[in-house]
Amino acid sequence: MQEILEKKIFDVDEIRKDFPILETLSNGRPLIYFDNAATSQKPNSVINALSDYYRNYNANIHRGVYSISIKASEAYENAKNKIKEFINASSEREIIFTRGTTEAINLITYSYGLENIHEGDEIIISEMEHHANIVPWQVLCQKKKAVLKVIPVNNNGELVIEEYQNLLSKRTRIVSLCHISNTLGTINPVKEIIKLAKLNNPETAVIIDGAQAIQHMPVDVMELGADFYVFSSHKMYGPMGIGVLYGKAELLEKMPPYQTGGDMISRVSFNGTSYNDIPMKFEAGTPNVEGAVGMKAAIDYIESIGLKNISTAENELLAYASEKLNEIEGLSVIGNAKNKASVISFTVNGLNAFDIGVMLDGSGVAVRTGLHCTEPLMDRFKIAGTVRASFAFYNTKDEIDVFIIALKKAIEILS
Amino acid sequence: MNKTIHETEEEIIDEFSFFESWQDKYEYIIELGKKLKDFPEDKRTEDNKVKGCQSSVWVVTRDEDGKIYFKADSDSTIVKGLIALLIRVLNGRTPEEILSSELGFIDKTGLKQHLAQTRANGLAAMIKQMKMYALAYKTKYESSK
Repeated sequence: MQEILEKKIFDVDEIRKDFPILETLSNGRPLIYFDNAATSQKPNSVINALSDYYRNYNANIHRGVYSISIKASEAYENAKNKIKEFINASSEREIIFTRGTTEAINLITYSYGLENIHEGDEIIISEMEHHANIVPWQVLCQKKKAVLKVIPVNNNGELVIEEYQNLLSKRTRIVSLCHISNTLGTINPVKEIIKLAKLNNPETAVIIDGAQAIQHMPVDVMELGADFYVFSSHKMYGPMGIGVLYGKAELLEKMPPYQTGGDMISRVSFNGTSYNDIPMKFEAGTPNVEGAVGMKAAIDYIESIGLKNISTAENELLAYASEKLNEIEGLSVIGNAKNKASVISFTVNGLNAFDIGVMLDGSGVAVRTGLHCTEPLMDRFKIAGTVRASFAFYNTKDEIDVFIIALKKAIEILS
Repeated sequence: MNKTIHETEEEIIDEFSFFESWQDKYEYIIELGKKLKDFPEDKRTEDNKVKGCQSSVWVVTRDEDGKIYFKADSDSTIVKGLIALLIRVLNGRTPEEILSSELGFIDKTGLKQHLAQTRANGLAAMIKQMKMYALAYKTKYESSK
């Protein structure tokens, strides 16, 4: 399917023309955008889809009897269908729109978690999780007197699978892990992790935070066997403010609503209310139709380039940047996993990451600095933060060259 | 006669007007940061820390003849350079002078663009902390009158 749609030749110069922001200047220099793990840039097709929606068929959906409302409703449902196909879910009923990955995880903790977790139950996460996949579980554990267990990370930034196996127990109810680490770039063996959880107890719910994976590699939720898979539109070239919770229908059907209001009900009276079927049970209120339309356009765009082309290009950028960075004296790459996505975190001998980031900005290079919402991981590596460069397929080796020159200059000035 | 806060700020704005590029401005700040060295090691404690998301600042004070003196440090050289400028403006002032200072130089030197926008660097928290100390001294002086 993807192969058919893929462009025959991957021409980065042509691709860059799809992203208007890449032609802008930052501090008087051409913008070099290496903060793709925080949010990706948007192609014209996405920007135009949003504008087209507001110009031509903006209406509230689902109950409108008039044509633009019907068109908007169709666009919303088409987006769901597109996402269903993109991740190979078995039905659109399994696709719930949220504000993003964070809200999707909160939905699971408040709905599935409050219902199914009891005193003494165990929830397993890992040392490399984003705060969004730590704090909701901590809150749930406090409420339910449950126990949070943490899979350690080795010096290369990989999960220690033997330790994970030791943590699995009769009380394990939930395993929630990132597919790819936002700080280290490590690609976790989630299929194996899910298999081990299910072997231990088929009832254990496994949640995969795919926020950093969905834009880099094909994801097939059925093949993975995940109970829940969550991700955000804005990291996959789509608009901000919308994301997806994929959940197996049999689990979603049993789960209580997370928020209540319009659209999620089937009948309301003062004697009682019955809820709508999934997925609408979890989508209270007017949904983000604009976001859904934009997200569909983003997936269309990804498919037009081809995920295979995307990952090949990004792997090349990663290899090139890693090689150049490793040549710099005093620089340490944090996270040297065998399987890595195009994210590189590093520290430089005694220099503050924020200082390096500010200096790079002066050269038009946008990177992220600090803890990357993974403070426990920073504690694990005993560092105060990193500089993180994360690449998308529209980045180039020339940009990496400019980044390396600017970085060397920054190090010289700051040392 | 010592310069007023306003005069010192004007002096800094004047100095910065000589820098043509962003790079030069920052190299100067980094130099100032590297020179700010006299912070006592034993004062780098949690109590004296003003925490930002990306860098931390430590600040201690003493007073003499109704005037306040600051010493500060940061794990960021750039923030340290900015602190050096703040100390140059606010050191040896009365609490009233510090509390009424508007510190317009941060904006007028073009530094604000990078530094005020973000809670990350701890500078905004540092200014607030310096004013809190001034307020504490003011209260102390008034109650001992």
